[in-house]
Amino acid sequence: MQLKNNIAISENGFIFDPNTGESYSLNPIGTEILNLLKEKKTDDEIINFLNEKYDSDKLTIEKSLNEFYSFLQEYNLSEND
Amino acid sequence: MAKLPFERPIIKKINIGVPNKIGMKTEYTPITEIDGVSVKQMIKEYGSPVYVISEKTIRETYKKAYSAFAVRYPKIQFAWSYKTNYLNAVCKTFHQEGSWAEVVSGFEYDKAIANKVKPQHIVFNGPDKSREDLIKAIKNQSLIHIDHFDELYTIISLTSELNETPKVAIRVNMDTGVYPQWSRFGFNYDNGEAWDALNRIMISKKLDLIGLHAHIGTYMMTAEAYKIAGQKLSDLAVKLKEKYNHTIKYIDFGGGFASKNTLIGAYLPGSDTCPSFDDYAEAITSSIINSKIKPDDFPTIMLETGRALIDDAGYILGTVLANKKLADGSNSTVIDVGVNLLFTSFWYEHQITPAQEFSPYTENTTIYGPLCMNIDVIRRSANLPIMKKGDNFVISRIGAYNMTQWMQFIALRPKILMIDLKGNVHIIRENEKLKDIVSMERTPEHLNNFDV
Repeated sequence: MQLKNNIAISENGFIFDPNTGESYSLNPIGTEILNLLKEKKTDDEIINFLNEKYDSDKLTIEKSLNEFYSFLQEYNLSEND
Repeated sequence: MAKLPFERPIIKKINIGVPNKIGMKTEYTPITEIDGVSVKQMIKEYGSPVYVISEKTIRETYKKAYSAFAVRYPKIQFAWSYKTNYLNAVCKTFHQEGSWAEVVSGFEYDKAIANKVKPQHIVFNGPDKSREDLIKAIKNQSLIHIDHFDELYTIISLTSELNETPKVAIRVNMDTGVYPQWSRFGFNYDNGEAWDALNRIMISKKLDLIGLHAHIGTYMMTAEAYKIAGQKLSDLAVKLKEKYNHTIKYIDFGGGFASKNTLIGAYLPGSDTCPSFDDYAEAITSSIINSKIKPDDFPTIMLETGRALIDDAGYILGTVLANKKLADGSNSTVIDVGVNLLFTSFWYEHQITPAQEFSPYTENTTIYGPLCMNIDVIRRSANLPIMKKGDNFVISRIGAYNMTQWMQFIALRPKILMIDLKGNVHIIRENEKLKDIVSMERTPEHLNNFDV
């Protein structure tokens, strides 16, 4: 998953898409994932990072991450592969 | 270092414009226990989903309702509405508190008798009383509320056959200023039909007319309607006194008090808009006190309140099965409680509260039940805390109708627990098993052999 380059992310979980003018809000873990995506981390790296930090198994994290990605695609915040 | 609790990542589009009237945040703290008993422990021990009834809440609600009336009027009698919840443990709790029984079928009548309610303390309502039901009720001197002329004449014909004088009331329907007007039950006041029925009863001299009854509707959001009903019923009582010097022993106001649940589409939550027991009591008692009925003849006020007495005492505990994104991009959550167990979700926006800690973040989601049926929707567009697969939740205020109107459809019905006053958990109805369902089936012999 690759975020569009010009997406602006604030520290407290607001994002702005200059392409459409739309704003979005995130919960803290959502913000964390977007920042990791900005840093060009791979999915495996993100899953490992979250697994280290949060009390959940990798499968649940992977499923949640994929679901989150599907919303990023829905809102056109990701680059098309 | 201990790991942090995991919450599903979410993203919400911010819509600028008119504030969302149904977007109010409703859940602030999790429900981790009911009457001191851990929700998660009950799920672990008795399965998910599972119904829970709080005996404490039943008794407290009853006392609150009773005292609202008793401080305003000297003669009050509640009769527990069996159809609202006829689990024996629930009925017997109300009977211990002093409630008589109000039944609407032969089955419910037999249940009340089996629960050891005195037959003369059973109010028998409803449009379907078979000849056998009526014979039983007449012999037992139960209070028969006549619904239509066919029933009246059946009862009159039975009096000579049985050589008994049945104790009867008539059910009266009327315009009380609310919409829709319930006119299918009983005799109409406004067109003179009720007065006609009363005259026929009095002239027959075969029946003991002891009461008048009206059940003006359900989930009545204004107490004023009961005042109008009281005025009209009092008017009939006064006319009976004038014409026949006959005194009515009770006026039964039926049920219909709203619970604090929120109706689908309501702008404000039910807890803010529904009248209190005091509001209903004030309207009802003042309608009798201010009528032309002489104080010595004041009838007992009978109440068949069901929903408002039991809704708050009922919970269903369940588990999140899945989260999924729908084709239109909206979010949905699948839970193990469906409309088969929560019939009232067709008209209420039920309160769904997580049973574990949650963050202040919410998401808009549609809550689906587990049934393979499109109609299985528990909440449409609910703004709820973020829950993930395996999380538990509590749906509150579900004590009325769900344990009688439930369906054995697709899945088997779960256990029902009651938490007593000391915090002990009792199974008051076992979960269904396959053998319970198939035990009533009979398969023709020629269908037994096949090879697939």
